[in-house]
Amino acid sequence: MSYSLTDIFGVLPELILVVTAITAILVDVASKGKDSSATMLVTAVGFIVSGIAAISGVGTIGVLMNGAVFQDGFTTAFRAIFCLIGFLTAIFSPAYLHFRNIRLGEYYPLLTMSVLGMMVMVGAANLLLFFIGLETMSISLYILVSLNRTNSKSIEAGMKYLVMGAFSSAFMLYGIALMFAVVGSINYNDITNYFLADPTLGPLTIAAVALLLTGFSFKIAVVPFQFWSVDVYEGAPATVTAFMSTGPKAAAFVVFIRVFGIALHPVASHWTLLLSWIAILTMVFGNVAALRQTNIKRMLAYSSIAHAGYLLVGIVAGNHAAFAATGYYLAAYALMNLGAFAAVIIVNQRHGTDGSYRFDALKGLGFAHPLLGISLTIFMLSLIGLPPTAGFLGKLYVFSAAIETGHIVLAVAGLLNSIIATYYYLRVIVLMYMAKPEGDTTIPRPLPYAITLIVLSVLILLIGVFPEPVISLMIAVAP
Amino acid sequence: MGLISWYVVIPAATAFAITLVPKAKPMAIRWVASTGGFLLVLLSAIVSVKYWNLAAADIELLRTSMFTKLYMVEQWTWFKSIGIEYFVGVDGISVLMLDLTAIIIFTGSLASWYVTERPKEFFALLYTLVTGVFGVFVSFDLFLFFVFYEVAVLPMYLLIGIWGTGPRNYSALKLTLMLLMGSAGLLVGILALYHGSGIHSFNLIELSKIHFPEAFQLWVFPIIFVGFGVLGAIFPLHTWSPDGHASAPTAVSMLHAGVLMKLGGYGCLRVAIYLMPEGAIYWAMFFMALATVNILYGSLGAIKQKDLKYFTAYSSVSHCGFVLFGLLALNLMGIKGAVIQMFSHGIMTGLFFGLIGMVYGRTHTRMIPEMGGLAKVMPWLASAFYIGGLASLGLPGLSGFIAESHVFLGGFFGNQWHDITLMRTLTILATLSIVVTAVYVLRGLATVFHSTITNPEFEKLTDATLPEKISTGVLIAALAIGGMLPWLFVDLIEGSIFPFLNRLHESGMISSL
Repeated sequence: MSYSLTDIFGVLPELILVVTAITAILVDVASKGKDSSATMLVTAVGFIVSGIAAISGVGTIGVLMNGAVFQDGFTTAFRAIFCLIGFLTAIFSPAYLHFRNIRLGEYYPLLTMSVLGMMVMVGAANLLLFFIGLETMSISLYILVSLNRTNSKSIEAGMKYLVMGAFSSAFMLYGIALMFAVVGSINYNDITNYFLADPTLGPLTIAAVALLLTGFSFKIAVVPFQFWSVDVYEGAPATVTAFMSTGPKAAAFVVFIRVFGIALHPVASHWTLLLSWIAILTMVFGNVAALRQTNIKRMLAYSSIAHAGYLLVGIVAGNHAAFAATGYYLAAYALMNLGAFAAVIIVNQRHGTDGSYRFDALKGLGFAHPLLGISLTIFMLSLIGLPPTAGFLGKLYVFSAAIETGHIVLAVAGLLNSIIATYYYLRVIVLMYMAKPEGDTTIPRPLPYAITLIVLSVLILLIGVFPEPVISLMIAVAP
Repeated sequence: MGLISWYVVIPAATAFAITLVPKAKPMAIRWVASTGGFLLVLLSAIVSVKYWNLAAADIELLRTSMFTKLYMVEQWTWFKSIGIEYFVGVDGISVLMLDLTAIIIFTGSLASWYVTERPKEFFALLYTLVTGVFGVFVSFDLFLFFVFYEVAVLPMYLLIGIWGTGPRNYSALKLTLMLLMGSAGLLVGILALYHGSGIHSFNLIELSKIHFPEAFQLWVFPIIFVGFGVLGAIFPLHTWSPDGHASAPTAVSMLHAGVLMKLGGYGCLRVAIYLMPEGAIYWAMFFMALATVNILYGSLGAIKQKDLKYFTAYSSVSHCGFVLFGLLALNLMGIKGAVIQMFSHGIMTGLFFGLIGMVYGRTHTRMIPEMGGLAKVMPWLASAFYIGGLASLGLPGLSGFIAESHVFLGGFFGNQWHDITLMRTLTILATLSIVVTAVYVLRGLATVFHSTITNPEFEKLTDATLPEKISTGVLIAALAIGGMLPWLFVDLIEGSIFPFLNRLHESGMISSL
């Protein structure tokens, strides 16, 4: 096996992140753990460079590394999005970690490794490479979740995540093994060809599919495998929650599309009904549970479960346009959810609050802090799905694909659920603008906070009004 | 950029300009807002005259045309891969609606002259809201139409929630959720049209060249009709309207009852009836019966209200029933009446809500029994109220009469598809509401403005100020023009109504219904 220069350039974004992670560790060691700002800087620069390398791949479609890596629109788009998420998380974190008294330099290399894992996942063209990416991402996340060592909730969250994550990885690996036993190959394309030639399902295939489906359901947190996610999201340091509710979820979804949407497409009709039910139950569960939360972090955690339900609608719809729609929605979801978490983290640092993420902390902040108020409003609007935001177009594309392929019940269920969701998202806006401010409304205003809010809200509006570039990228998925 | 795009640019620019004015200068904010409103009135006058000249030549052509002819069209591709276009233009019906919206936003800005709580945010949101409304009336691409419609929803929520009175949070939430529910249905309907057409286009004119299968029309028509119907306060989905209107600040009540509720009727006609004539014929009697309930329920509901705003809000439910009633008569007279009623009721209810806001600003109460003898201290406001009231009960000489008589005649004439006895029965029932309206309007006005002054504090109150006089004066002039020169409106809209009728007749002939 030999690699050409094209191969090397094709995976340049990943290589840059490997270098970044190693450099960050060395820099952290050199600073003797006293000051992690240099580590942060290295990481941030690494993400920018890697992101630029990723964007330069726009327009190329093909396979690299002897058929192990897809170089297509999905890969390019999500590499860039993951770099953006990583970059914003990195610059956003110092002030928060300082506030929470978490002073650990390894935060940044772990973040980098996790993003690297996500990139490998979305690019993977076979099940094994995907699994390696998944583990790279997950193991970094297990540590990140429990990073707040003095907080029992953080430890509990880390433990839960580790156990659940290990479980789902085991399911996944077993499924991969069985799939290999059936097909004789781990390449997605070979799997497609195998089932195209013989679309009957033997018991071994059924077991493989069931195990893989269970593994994915854990990772993307859909009913009935969603229980771990809320506690983990609540217990983890908030910046880690923001990160893991967007990036890793998007990465898992992309692979889900690649495996269940594309590779197993010839036999997809066998589980369309099952997935439809999972989608509906996930939306209903997420939204109904979110309705009654008094803690914003938990509310957002449940709302991200609901969004997984909407995203599944796109996978059920199952044609090329539907996958592009799901990809667009994922991009929108990553931006708006990250934004919402970022804004909530800022709100929670308001003077005089106990850091417990209660809704009350939002009271009267809208007029006192226009930037925070407007951007949080944009994130909420996007989560509701109102124009001119990306969230609106994402829902529109996904539900449109569902109607086109005849899944009208799913589209109607999705829209009705969006109305339920409106109620709790609007509550955030109500408290910000319509409640009288209580006590001190001062919040810290470091520059990175402002940058994060502005970048995310501008991007949400921008791709909400001009979706064409993103959609055309997503539609260029490798066969 | 063509003339029509200014309808979106001017309010958006006004909203933006308001955000640039320093907070400490409320006077400057009011001036910017009112100037924006005035420019819109001016633009409407120009567009109306221009349309008049252009369309006069085409009237014979329209008489037999199956397709709406648009004027002053601007069309660019927006998202090529999905077939979405920026496609704006006007026909006679939308010109009239644009005139209405311009008048209401101009007078609404003047009526809000004395908003003291955060005037900057208030006017900025108000003009964002109205950007969406103008956008809807000029859009002929269903996607664009829907986007503009949704753009109007959130500012409304904030305006009611922040500047409203009474149980404002509850009202704002109820209104938003119910309207979003309607728009969710609408979205399903629009996407069904998009995919069902087989041409993957949102272009209304292109879509109208497709004949949708009858079975398709039968299930999509009610979805879209109800989706818009929620906004038009169709019974039993009208419940957001009294609460919403009563809690909203003056200008928002004016805009909402005056224009947004018309948007419901406009959408029913423009999208549902236009694209799905067979569905319309099939469902007409069902929805006409609901509209009759609207008319009667609204007017009976108004009788027992003590709060002036609830009183007007219920009467709006009744009057919006006329719009749907006229449309569903499916004949020239009925549809013409419905469109004139949209304009007439918009102006009338705008006047009412404006006046209520002005009276409330002085008396600090809206309860009818607590007021009395106000005509002595505020003769201008009292006279204006009377004129509005008389228009509301359909007095000849004011526009309400023209609209309602058309609607009733339309209902009474019937059409060739439906049982004439049923239609006439419904018409007679609906006509009864005129009597009821006369009772509640006259009784209400007599209590508020005549008899003796009940509260000695009221002796000190003053009459309308200059901005208020201009605001009410403009609205009264519009009511009078509608009543005295009805041919102006009829000429404006009649040509554009023919295509709707031709489509109905064509489909009526080929269908088995």
